[in-house]
Amino acid sequence: MGKTVKIVLAGEGGQGVQSVAQIIAEAADEEGKQVLYIPNFGVEQRGGVSVAYVQIGDGPIGSPKFEKGDIVVALSDRAVQRTGRYVGPKTAFLYDSSIPVEKGDLPGDAGEILPIPAIDTAKKELHPRVFNILILGAVLGATGVVPVDRARLAIEKKLGYKFEKDPKLRDLNFRAMDRGMELVKKMAGQRNGDTPSLFANNKQII
Amino acid sequence: MEKPIQEERKAFLTGNEVVAWAALVAGAEFMYGYPITPQNEIMHYWTRLAPRYKRGFLQTEDELSAGFTTIGGVMGGKKAFTATAGPGNTLMQEPLSMAEMMRLPVVVVVQQRGGPSTATVIYSQQEVTLTTMGGNGEGLRIVYSTSSHQELFDYTIKAFNTAWRYRFPTFVLGDGYQAKMREPLTLYDPEARGVAMVGTEPFVGKEGVPGIERPPAQHRNTFSLEEELYEKVKTDAGDYEKIAPSVAEYSSKYTEDADLVILSHGVVFRAVAEAVGSLREHGFKVGFFRPVTLRPMPVGPAREMAQKAKKILIAESALGQLARLFKEAAFGAQAEIHTLFKPGMGITAEEVEEKARELLQ
Amino acid sequence: MEAVRTEMPAPAMPRSWRVDTKPHKFCPGCGHGLVLKCLGQAIDELNIQGRVVFGCDIGCSLLSWDFFNIDTIQTHHGRTTPVMVGLKRARPELVTIAYMGDGGGYAIGAQHLVNAASRGENITVVLANNTQYAMTGGQMAPTTLPGQKTETTPYGREPETTGYPFMGPEMVAAITREGAYVARGSVANLRQLKSYIKKALENQIAGRGFSFVEALSGCPTNWRTNAAETWDFIEEEMPNYFKVGEIKASAAAKKGEEDG
Repeated sequence: MGKTVKIVLAGEGGQGVQSVAQIIAEAADEEGKQVLYIPNFGVEQRGGVSVAYVQIGDGPIGSPKFEKGDIVVALSDRAVQRTGRYVGPKTAFLYDSSIPVEKGDLPGDAGEILPIPAIDTAKKELHPRVFNILILGAVLGATGVVPVDRARLAIEKKLGYKFEKDPKLRDLNFRAMDRGMELVKKMAGQRNGDTPSLFANNKQII
Repeated sequence: MEKPIQEERKAFLTGNEVVAWAALVAGAEFMYGYPITPQNEIMHYWTRLAPRYKRGFLQTEDELSAGFTTIGGVMGGKKAFTATAGPGNTLMQEPLSMAEMMRLPVVVVVQQRGGPSTATVIYSQQEVTLTTMGGNGEGLRIVYSTSSHQELFDYTIKAFNTAWRYRFPTFVLGDGYQAKMREPLTLYDPEARGVAMVGTEPFVGKEGVPGIERPPAQHRNTFSLEEELYEKVKTDAGDYEKIAPSVAEYSSKYTEDADLVILSHGVVFRAVAEAVGSLREHGFKVGFFRPVTLRPMPVGPAREMAQKAKKILIAESALGQLARLFKEAAFGAQAEIHTLFKPGMGITAEEVEEKARELLQ
Repeated sequence: MEAVRTEMPAPAMPRSWRVDTKPHKFCPGCGHGLVLKCLGQAIDELNIQGRVVFGCDIGCSLLSWDFFNIDTIQTHHGRTTPVMVGLKRARPELVTIAYMGDGGGYAIGAQHLVNAASRGENITVVLANNTQYAMTGGQMAPTTLPGQKTETTPYGREPETTGYPFMGPEMVAAITREGAYVARGSVANLRQLKSYIKKALENQIAGRGFSFVEALSGCPTNWRTNAAETWDFIEEEMPNYFKVGEIKASAAAKKGEEDG
């Protein structure tokens, strides 16, 4: 990984975007990468769109916030609105396919637009609670910023105390992560029928 | 006192948590504070850690009280500190002017937020003028502006030593970004690294019965005569001038052959360093200059740089507060000065690079 | 310094006073000297000169910054309370006294007084009430009596527009818990005032909580009164609003009085 990878995650409070950001950031830190994670924060304690900015690289990280993300993830309609400005021609824009968006709402100049049925999949196949871990998988699948094993350890570290009480949760979370990775690859594969380079040889999108 | 950190270790923390750890390992004995975003978590972490190491905490009724209780703690001979931001920093200047007058080693951590007024709780570099020159005085204080969590840790420790060594109030000037972001750093015990911590001494409540075994220790900030005050301020300013060269810190790179030198401080320096690296890769003769102490300014090196550089770009998340300090330091230099001022807004490497390219066309 | 234990006959000064700074800097007829005399006597009787720290405010009280042979901090207007709170928190073994006027305590420093009292800070506040801002030239204070002329109420204080006198000890008593000591004395009764101040200090030493004594005091300079008028105002006018006596005293403090 040469350049710094810039990630924006946005959703409604309670969707767990900050947890996802924290797990990715901690996993990357454990991996020995340079990492900078900053949550957005405003005057209000609750009720706004929650945005997380994560940068992972080998060299020193510049400013905490940035202009365009390499991957931008939006998990609600408000989040789609809010994150448009971070999307540029090199950005992969992921959003949950259950969000009722008009074509005009989506960032027009995105390099990739990838609707992911994360909420549906979590609800039908896993458990709504692991929706954010599924998103985590999608981000890892799209970027490869941290190895899967390392991400598992980070999840273990964050949620281990819950797993101890209910070991089934561990499997559920890890399956959610794997499923997220699959979904993003599948979706990117469909979308990029004409431009196989992005995913050729199992490479990540960015 | 039990050492909070026995062996060096890597950590991945928010800036506010870093400050609490730094104060702890620096041997701070008491924190006085009042809630204001974005510094709250300094108190949150401190109140969790402090009882384990027998350190004290008092939540006061406002920042005036936080500053004045800190003064009380310091005058009792304890390493005491407080933390604030924005409108709280405005109030904090009243106690800090007393600390300045009475040469009290008060340490204040400021996490800048938007201004003026309540503005945003997020971020800015708009408390530079206030922190360096606040109060009805001459700005005889020391202000470190950090740009990374490692620096936040290092300079918070250093602030206690600087304050107690020179007896000038000392600030660590961070910002909301640094307060809230997480990044890796190394935590260590200063003494294990050979950094001796400067000892403390009570200003009042000393040993012995005053008037019998020793003269009473009586401290004032009020003077009846112009002459008395003049002497006092002149003496303090003289002391300050004397220590300034050894206190002032800066970093610079590629300034020798630069067509353009980019000046910044604090977290904006991160963007500038990245932009300069990228521009150099593309063959542009660009350098950076970054004061670490905003007060005292590294006057000599700043002037020297300004005399050599053809153009200078000043980037800051304020409307020229760093620029004012710099122009004063570099007065008389011929370099063309350009600005990238974004009050209350973050500055990215991309913006700095774009502006620099414009200037180099 | 050696003059502390003076050999002069009938020493009128408390032992804890600093003789080399006397005569003091207050105006002739000022009440501060009397309040500080009571404070000095109380300190002497409790034999705590070696562990008291005295803090004085801005206003005429600042002139006491070198009044005692006691470690002293002269602070900002209204800010003596937090300075002494911070000191006491850091050095609980000390006895800390915050000395201020009515402007410092009830106006600019009211939030500190309220919160220190309400938190039960273990400090002693002694407040001299002379019904106006003396050092700045006699403006209306929270304690100015209705009808009283000051520089900012030249036709007399009108309660309709400027309120009624601030009842400091009553407020402090209302917001403190059991264990606090609150009293109002007067320079017209020095024995009583001294006993209140002494009990306020004992209360702190015993660690029972916030101790507060307001002393009715006089300011002939700004009142523009002669001696008789001054005493008349202190003894007759002021008590119409400000009732002298103990307002809150724990059982322990009361017992101290009986024993004493």
